[in-house]
Amino acid sequence: MNAPTVDIRNAVKRYGTVTALHGVSLSIADNEFFTLLGPSGCGKTTLLRMIAGFEDVTEGEILLFGKDIARLEPNHRPVNTVFQHYALFPHMSVIDNVAFGLKMKGMALAERRARAGKMLEMVHLSAFADRLPAQLSGGQQQRVALARALAPDPKVLLLDEPLSALDLKLRQAMRVELKQLQEETGITFIFVTHDQEEALTMSDRIAVMSAGHVQQVGSPRDIYEAPVNRFVADFIGETNLVPVTVEAVADGRATVLLPGGHRMSCAADAGIGPGAHHLSVRPERMNLGTTGDLEAVVERVVYLGTDLQLHTHLDGGQPLHVRLQNSARADLPAPGARVALQIEEGAARLLVD
Amino acid sequence: MAGFLPKSGAESTGYRGLVGPLLLPTWVMVGVFLVIPVALMAIYSFLTKEFRGGVIWDFTLAAYDQFFFNRGLFGDEPPSIEWTYIAIFWRSVWQAGVATLLCLAVGFPTAWFIATRPAAQRGVWLFLVTVPYWVNLLIRTVSLKFLLRDNGPLNGSLMSLGLIDGPLPLVNTDLAVQLGLFYSYLPFMVLPIYAAVERYNFALSEAAADLYASRWVTLREIVLPVVRPGIVAGCILVFVPSLGAFLAPDLLGGAKTFMIGSLIDEQFKGSQGNWPFGAAVSMILMTLVMIVLILYARAQAKAERRS
Ligand SMILES: Nc1ncnc2c1ncn2[C@@H]1O[C@H](COP(=O)(O)OP(=O)(O)OP(=O)(O)O)[C@@H](O)[C@H]1O
Ligand SMILES: [Mg+2]
Repeated sequence: MNAPTVDIRNAVKRYGTVTALHGVSLSIADNEFFTLLGPSGCGKTTLLRMIAGFEDVTEGEILLFGKDIARLEPNHRPVNTVFQHYALFPHMSVIDNVAFGLKMKGMALAERRARAGKMLEMVHLSAFADRLPAQLSGGQQQRVALARALAPDPKVLLLDEPLSALDLKLRQAMRVELKQLQEETGITFIFVTHDQEEALTMSDRIAVMSAGHVQQVGSPRDIYEAPVNRFVADFIGETNLVPVTVEAVADGRATVLLPGGHRMSCAADAGIGPGAHHLSVRPERMNLGTTGDLEAVVERVVYLGTDLQLHTHLDGGQPLHVRLQNSARADLPAPGARVALQIEEGAARLLVD
Repeated sequence: MAGFLPKSGAESTGYRGLVGPLLLPTWVMVGVFLVIPVALMAIYSFLTKEFRGGVIWDFTLAAYDQFFFNRGLFGDEPPSIEWTYIAIFWRSVWQAGVATLLCLAVGFPTAWFIATRPAAQRGVWLFLVTVPYWVNLLIRTVSLKFLLRDNGPLNGSLMSLGLIDGPLPLVNTDLAVQLGLFYSYLPFMVLPIYAAVERYNFALSEAAADLYASRWVTLREIVLPVVRPGIVAGCILVFVPSLGAFLAPDLLGGAKTFMIGSLIDEQFKGSQGNWPFGAAVSMILMTLVMIVLILYARAQAKAERRS
C-alpha cells in the first residue's frame, strides 16, 4: 500500500462567486497526525467537510487509499468526524450516542454495547453512560464526541477544532490524551485548529493555510524554524520581521544589510534576489552584547516569570521584541537605554514576501 | 399560578408585594374567559331542559343519563347502554384522527421545505401558507363543497380526462369531512413543526450520515425524535378542534357522518334544542380531551425521568 491515505489533488471549492479553496494539494500518510492550521476563514473546515463528503469538490479530486471518492456519499466513506460543536444526538444517552455508528454498521446489540462501553472507558466517562448529552460539561461532551467517532474504528478521523470550547487546563490535558490515543490506535488524524501551539505540540506534520491556499507543509520544527514566507513566520510563534536589503546572493548565501548599517550573511532560498526583503528573527534567538548586529532603544521590560521580554525599537522606529532567560543577571537594561543585539548563528531567516 | 414565577428574582429585588397586583389582569382574563364559561356550562349540564330551549333551575342528572343510558321511549324500561352518542363520539375521534394524519402527511414536508429555505425567504413562504386563512372558514368550507360536488370542477376534470365514467360521490362522505377538517386546520400543523425544524441543528444529520446512517434512517432515528415536540403540538392543535368541529361535518358530510360538534350545535338551535344535554355533551368532550392530554403529559414525564 503505497498510495497515501488521503490524497488531495488541486482541490478547488467555490460557493457561488466566493472561492474558499484555491487548488489545495496535500498527501497525508497512514498513521499520521496531520494538522490543518490557519486563521479563521482560511478554508480549514471547508477542506475537512469535503473529505467527509458534506461538500462536493468544485474542481480537482480527493482520493482515499488511491480511490476517488467524489461519488461516495458521506455514509459510505470510512471516515469519521469529531464536529466543531460536537453534534451529539440530544435525545440519546451517552452510550447510545457512542454506539450509534456501530448500530448503523449492523453490529449486534450486546456486542455494540460492549464496544461502546470500552470506548467510554477509554475517555474516562464510564460513569456517565446513561446521561443525556445536555447533562455533561463541555469537556465531557467533547470526549463523548471523540468516543463516538472512534467507536466504528474509522481509517481516518477528522477533527474540527475539537478543543476550542475547553478551558486552558483541560485543553492542555486533552492534547496529550489525543496524541496518545492517535499513537495507540494508529488511526490517521486530520486535525483542524487555529491554535499554533496546539498544532506544534501534537502534529507529525502541519499544513499552514491562509485565504484558501496552503502556504507550507512540514514538521512542526520545519514550520517554526524554516518558515517559507512572511505569513508563516508571522503566524507561527512570535517573530520580528526586520526590513533589510539583500546586496548580493552567491552559493545559497546572501549578504544582508541590516538597519543600522551592519552586515551579516545568511542562508537564502531560491527565489531570493538582491533588493528589499524581510528578515525573520525569533525573539528568543537574540542576545544582549557589547557590539551587535542590531542596535535598539529599550522601551519596556516585561517580567514573565521564566523569561524577560524587552520591548525595543530600532532607530527607524520598527518595534523589536527580545526574550531573555530570567537568569540571575544584574545588568538589566533600563527603559531608554541603548542596547546592542546579537542574532544567534543561523537564527535569522530571509523571507520571500 | 404564582408558583410559576422565578421566586428568587421576585424576592431578591424586593418587588414581591407587586407580584399579586401585576398578576391581576391574568386572573381576570382566566376568570372571564375560562373559569366562568366552563362553570356555566357545567352548571347548565345539571339543569332541567325547558321545551322551547332554555333551562329550568332544577338540578338533575338527566342530561348525562340520556347520554349514557337507554330507558326506552317512555323512560320506564330498565336502563341499557345507549350506543348512539358513543358511536358519534367514536366517529368524531376517527374523523379527527384521519384529518390529523392528513395534516401531518402534508404539513411535515411543507414545514420542512419552508424551514430549509434561506432565512430571507422563509417569511414569504409562511405568509403564503396563511393567505387562504384570511378567508372566513364558512366560505372556505362551502367552496370546498363546490369543488367536490358531482358537477363540480374536480369531477368535471376527471371525467373530461376520461379517468372516470360518472362523477365520484365525494360530498356527504367521510372523505369529504376529513378533507374539510384537513383544510381547516392545516396551518396549525405547519407552524409548530416549522418552528421545531427551524431550530433543528442540521449538523446532527451530518453526524448521523458520518456514522453510516442512510437518509431514511437519519430521518427516523434523529430528525423525527428531535423535532417530536413540534409534531406533537401540531397534532394536538389539529386533533382537538377537529374533534369538536361542526362546520365541515355539517356542510360536507351527511347524516352518516354526524360528529360531536353538530350534535352540540343542534342542542342549542331553535325549539328542538336541549340546552342541558348540549352542555353535558360538551363537558364529556372536554373531559375526554383532558384525559388524553394528561395521559400524554404523563407518558412524556415518565420518558424524561427514564432518561
Ligand atoms: N456555505 C457557504 N457559502 C458561502 N461561503 C462559505 C460557505 N461556507 C464557507 N464559506 C466561506 O469559505 C471560507 C472558508 O470557510 P471555512 O469555514 O472553511 O473557514 P475555517 O478556516 O474553518 O474558519 P474558522 O477557523 O473560523 O472555523 C470563508 O471565507 C467562508 O466565508
Ligand atoms: Mg472552521
